[in-house]
Amino acid sequence: MTAERQVIIIGSGPAGLTAALYAARANLKPLVIEGVEAGGQLMLTTMVENWPGYRDGIMGPDLMTELRAQAERFGAEIIQGDVSAVDLSQRPFTVSMGKTSYTAQTLIVATGASAKWLDLGVDKKLSGRGVSTCATCDGFFFKGRPVAVIGGGDTAMEEAIYLSKLATSVTVIHRRDSLRASKVMQDKAMSMPNISFIWNTEVVDIKDVDKGEVTALVLKNTQSGATSELAVDGVFIGIGHVPNTALFKGQLALHDNGYLKTRDGSRTSVPGVFAAGDVQDHVYRQAVTAAGSGCMAAIDAERFLSGTLHEASESLEVRS
Amino acid sequence: MASENVKALTDADFGESVKKGVVLVDFWATWCAPCRRIAPIVDQLASEYHGRITVAKVDIDENPMTPSKFMVRGIPTLLLFKDGDLKETVVGLANKDDLAKMIDKHL
Repeated sequence: MTAERQVIIIGSGPAGLTAALYAARANLKPLVIEGVEAGGQLMLTTMVENWPGYRDGIMGPDLMTELRAQAERFGAEIIQGDVSAVDLSQRPFTVSMGKTSYTAQTLIVATGASAKWLDLGVDKKLSGRGVSTCATCDGFFFKGRPVAVIGGGDTAMEEAIYLSKLATSVTVIHRRDSLRASKVMQDKAMSMPNISFIWNTEVVDIKDVDKGEVTALVLKNTQSGATSELAVDGVFIGIGHVPNTALFKGQLALHDNGYLKTRDGSRTSVPGVFAAGDVQDHVYRQAVTAAGSGCMAAIDAERFLSGTLHEASESLEVRS
Repeated sequence: MASENVKALTDADFGESVKKGVVLVDFWATWCAPCRRIAPIVDQLASEYHGRITVAKVDIDENPMTPSKFMVRGIPTLLLFKDGDLKETVVGLANKDDLAKMIDKHL
């Protein structure tokens, strides 16, 4: 058991590191446990064009390197590894990483969300064998070969655009008849000559597990039920994310979709535990909103520690 | 923070290098952000298992044959060989404790 902390932050994406920056500047000496997916989703992106203040954009990994250095400059301590368990039943809260345990008076949960897989079973078996959730990591292996992208949101479009520069052809497979992606991403994807779209279609199987590589996708039209095969060497999944809340089940209130419930700023259902970023946001899910909520969580934690946290509001009502 | 305990392998010497004992190989590239995340963990394993296993890395840009031979289609990928046989494949990020457990199985 190590010395008790004032605040532990779990997660090191924009939410966790912004919380760390604010907590460090408030002299709370935060401990950040970065997690296996350190740096968060931005580590897997290329150019981030909507982070305010960078008119020409900034590379996702560069942004996270800067943010990390900035938090460290003010005294945040960042350690590697994954949290294996938390005990929120009493304060100080206990956060365990295997055999090592840490305790703290407040906790900021910023564990984010991870890429969702297809739920076919075969996609995980062929992970790293042609199935990927990260075009910038794995696109290299598909130079001059045909690939598919599954999904219709910004993530899927970004993957398709990135891959179009490497692959011979990129086929986007989407289960609806229109894209959810932002207009600017849609236009960009549609303008690429080697990106094509297959609408109203789901992937029901990926071949070929026996060969240990991807050879084709089995597709099913959601309207007609007709099945077909598309020969590809690689498939990139961009169908959204799932919140990383497994650690908190039974201890913090969750929405039905698995996201953490927060109210009145960053409060969770346990006093002294605050949440920020994608783990509690299934609506906006932007780097800048994650960072903003990380700031809120740090301020809330600081006020909780000093006994000056504002009273929780009961409801929103118009008073005459 | 490249460690002197992690040996850089090439297409030319790969086969010979994994022939004996337990060898953990990290396939990586300079442009791969998650690879930069797993590198320090691989370095730590190299020091902790120093003398008991060989820890090596392959830059896939400079050595395309080896990843192709072992059907590596994504990085980071870690392969564990024992006396020349491929025993374990870990695709993507992993935490140190799990990797240590995996190595211990083969010692």
